[in-house]
Amino acid sequence: MALKGLDIFKLSPKKNCKDCGFPTCMAFSMKVAAGATEISKCPHMSEEALAKLSDATAPPMKSLTIGKGENEYKLGGETVLFRHEKSFVNRNRFAVLLSDSMDDETINTKIENIKKVDYIRIGEQMKVEIAALKYSGNKENYIKLINKVKDSEIKVAYMLICEDIDVLKECLEIVKGENPIVYGANKENYKEMVDIVKNDKLALGVKADNLEELYSLVENIHKLGYKELILDPTGDNVKESFTNAVQIRRIALKEGDRAFGYPSVVFANEIAKGDKNMEVAISSLFTIKYGSIIVLDDIDYSRALPLFALRQNIYTDPQKPMRVEPKIYPINNPDENSPVLVTVDFALTYFIIAGEIERSKVPMWLAIPDAGGYSVLTAWAAGKFGGSSISNFIKESGVSEKTKCRKLIIPGKVAVLKGDIEDNLPGWDVVIGTNESMELPKFLRDFNEELITAKA
Amino acid sequence: MAFKMSVQKYAGKISEVEIGTGEKALKLGGENVMPFYSFDGDCGNTPKMGVEILDVFPENWIEPLKDLYKDVAENPVEWAKFVEKEMEPDFICLKFEGADPNGLDRSAEECAQVAKDVVESVEVPVVISGCNNFEKDAKVFEKVAAAVDGKNCLFLAAVEENYKAVGAAAGMAYPHKVVAESSVDINLAKQLNILLSQLGVKEENIVMNIGCSAVGYGYEYVASTMDRIRLAAFGQNDKTLQMPIMAPVSFEVWSVKESVADVEDVPEWGSKEERGITMEISTASSMLVGGANAVILRHPKSLETMKKFVCELA
Ligand code: B12
Ligand code: SF4
Repeated sequence: MALKGLDIFKLSPKKNCKDCGFPTCMAFSMKVAAGATEISKCPHMSEEALAKLSDATAPPMKSLTIGKGENEYKLGGETVLFRHEKSFVNRNRFAVLLSDSMDDETINTKIENIKKVDYIRIGEQMKVEIAALKYSGNKENYIKLINKVKDSEIKVAYMLICEDIDVLKECLEIVKGENPIVYGANKENYKEMVDIVKNDKLALGVKADNLEELYSLVENIHKLGYKELILDPTGDNVKESFTNAVQIRRIALKEGDRAFGYPSVVFANEIAKGDKNMEVAISSLFTIKYGSIIVLDDIDYSRALPLFALRQNIYTDPQKPMRVEPKIYPINNPDENSPVLVTVDFALTYFIIAGEIERSKVPMWLAIPDAGGYSVLTAWAAGKFGGSSISNFIKESGVSEKTKCRKLIIPGKVAVLKGDIEDNLPGWDVVIGTNESMELPKFLRDFNEELITAKA
Repeated sequence: MAFKMSVQKYAGKISEVEIGTGEKALKLGGENVMPFYSFDGDCGNTPKMGVEILDVFPENWIEPLKDLYKDVAENPVEWAKFVEKEMEPDFICLKFEGADPNGLDRSAEECAQVAKDVVESVEVPVVISGCNNFEKDAKVFEKVAAAVDGKNCLFLAAVEENYKAVGAAAGMAYPHKVVAESSVDINLAKQLNILLSQLGVKEENIVMNIGCSAVGYGYEYVASTMDRIRLAAFGQNDKTLQMPIMAPVSFEVWSVKESVADVEDVPEWGSKEERGITMEISTASSMLVGGANAVILRHPKSLETMKKFVCELA
C-alpha cells in the first residue's frame, strides 16, 4: 500500500520550517514516499497523521525485538511466502517450556539440558533462545520458578505465559529489565493485558479459539493502539495449527492485511502430546512454514541437531550462498613437515572438515581453491573442482614454501582425480581420503603415524 | 476489514500414479494445491511411506537395526515379509547394493531373481532401487523389469545418463513406473521428464526424484527447488512438472555425522540411534511439507512417527 508524495503532503503540517532537514514540507513528503527518510523525522506531525502514515508506510509484517543484551532476538519482518522469492530474514527461535506444576527435579533437568545444548554450526551459535514459563495455578511456585531460571546460568530471553492479570503483574516485576514476551491476551483479558505491557512496549502473545476470533481480537487490540503482538496459531491438532499458521502468514503477506502481520508462536509441545519424535516432525514443519517461536517440551541433541540444522538451511539467503575465502588455512599449528589436505570453498564443507581436522589434533595445511562455493561432488560435477584447478591452486598458493611435505590428501568422493592431479603436480603424492568427514580424524591420525614412522 | 480465509486456486494438478497390484496397490499424487493446504482445494492421495531393505546383509547399518533384522536380513524374501508383517509400510523399497561394481558386483540376472522372489512374496508394492552406478543400474533394471512383469513396480531411478535404457525397459517394454532423478534444479527435472516422454514413456507413468539431502546438508537448495517445481506445476499449469515426487530420505540421512558418530566420539550427543531417527524424521517431514508424495525410510520408529504425522496433518 505505497503512498504517493502528495498524499503524505496533505497530512503534513505545511509549515516549511525545515526542522526535518528538508527545505519544504513538499520536499520532505516526496522523500518519505520514496522511502528515503522516515515520517518520524518531522517533529510537528499530528498524532493522527502519524498513525495513518506510519501504518501506510510500515512493512506488511512487523518485526519485533524481544529479550535483552546478548539474549536479544528479532522476530518477524518477513516479506515473502517462499524463500526463493527473496529470502527469509529473521530465523525462528526455539523455546523450552517450564511450569510451576513441574517438580523441582524436572525443572532442574530441563535447565541443565538447556545449558548442555549449546554449540557452533557453520560459524553460528545453536541453542535454545527462550525460556517459556507457564503459570498453571500455583503463584508461589511460579515465582520460585522464574527466580530459579533467572538465577541459573542459562542465557535466554523470557516468555511469561500467564493469563491471570494479578499474578502476571507481580511476576513481571522479576524479569522486567529483560524485555520479556508476555503471553497471552485473550478476549476476556486483553484490555488489562495491554495496560500491563504498553509502557515497556513488551511483545504480547495473543490467542483465540479460531482464526476468526483471533482476527477480531487483534482488531480490538489495535483499537487500543497496541501493535507489539505475537499471534498463536496453535490449535487442537497438527492440521488445524498448520492451517492457522499458513493462513496468518498468507493473509499478511499476500492479502496485505496488517491484522495478521505479526510473528507467531507455535506450541509444538502441546500438539505433540508428549511424543518426542512427533515433536521433531511438527517442529520441522513449522520451521519451514511459518513459526517464529517454536515451543518444545525439552531439549537434547537428538532434537537440536536436526532442528537447528534445518533452521540454518531455511534461513540462509538464497542470493548469498555460504562461502569461505579460497586460501591456505593452517589448522593445529602446522609446520614445514605437515601434509596438505584439499577441499572446497562451500562454507558447510569447510566448517565440517576444519572441525574434524581439529578433532584429530594432527597439524595440517588445509588448501581451499575457488570451487564456486559448491560441495565436493557438486563442484566436481560443475567442472569447478578438477585436476587442473586443484594443481594450479597448490602451485599458486605458495603452500609448497610453507611445507616440505609433498603429500596431498583429497576427498574420497573425488578419488578419480588422483592421476590427473599427480600429472599436473610433479613431485607430489596424492593420497585418497575418506568419503565421509566422520572417518577423517582416525584416518589422519593413522596417516600421521605412518608419516612419522616412515621418517624415523 | 473483516476476516476472510485466503484461498488460492490453481489450474494445475499433479498426476496420479499407481504402483503395485491388487488390494495393496497405491496411488501417488492427485493434488491440486500445495502440500497439506486443504483450505485451498484437493490434497489428493495422502503421502505414502516406504521402508528400505537391501539385497545383501546391511553391514553398514546401525547395530539396533542389524539386531532387529538379524534373523531375516540374510534373505531378502524373509526380510521383505518381516517388514510387511511387522511394520506395515505402504510399500517396500528393495535396494540392490550388492550390484555395485565396486562391491559385490552381483549380476543383473541374479538381481532379477531376487527381485522376482521378493515381489512375489509380498502384497505391498515394491520400489526397485539400483546401486547408483548408472551403467550397472541400466543393466539391472532391464533384467528386473522383465522378471517382475505384471507387478507394476516403480524403478528408482532413471538419470540423464541412462534414461533411454531404463525408460525403454521399465517404462515401455514392460508396463512399470519410472522415477526420473535429477540434481536439485527445476530445469533439470523438467528436461528429464521431457526426455522420458519423448522416448515414449507416458507422463502418468513417471514419478520424480528431484534430489534429496539430509537437513543441514544443502537442504536449502532442495527445499527451494521443490517449492519452485510445485508452484510451476500448479500456478503455470506446467504439465512437464506435474509428476508426483518420491524422496529417498533414508539414502541420505544415515550417512551424515549426526547419525553415524559413535557415542564415544561425541558423548554429549547421546544415543546414536535416537539421533539417526530424529534426522530421518526431520528430513522426511521437511520433504513432505515441500511436496514429496512418498518417502523412503529405514527405522521403524521413523515410519511409525511419519504415519502418525501424515494421519494428523492430511
Ligand atoms: C545442494 C546440492 C546442490 C546445490 C549446490 C549446493 C552447494 N553449495 O554445493 C545446487 C542446487 C546449486 C546444485 C547444483 C548442481 N549439482 Co548438486 N547436489 C546438491 C546435494 C543435494 C547436496 C550437496 C551438499 O551440500 N552436500 C554436503 C557437503 C558437506 O558434502 P561434501 O562437500 O561432499 O563434503 C563431505 C565429503 O565429501 C567429505 N569431505 C569434504 N571435503 C573433504 C576433504 C577430504 C580431504 C576428505 C577426506 C573428505 C572430505 O566430508 C563432507 C561430509 O561428509 C547433492 C546430493 C546429496 N544429497 O549429497 C547434489 C549433487 C552433489 N549434485 C550433483 C550435480 C550433478 C549437480 C549439477 C552439476 C547439476 C547440473 N547438471 O547442473 C549442478 C552443478 C552446479 C552448476 N551447474 O553450476 C550430483 C553429483 C553427481 C556426481 N556423483 O557427480 C549430486 C550428488 C546429486 C545427484 N545424485 O545427482 N547441487
Ligand atoms: S519539519 Fe515538518 S513541518 Fe517542518 S518542513 Fe519538515 S515536514 Fe514541514
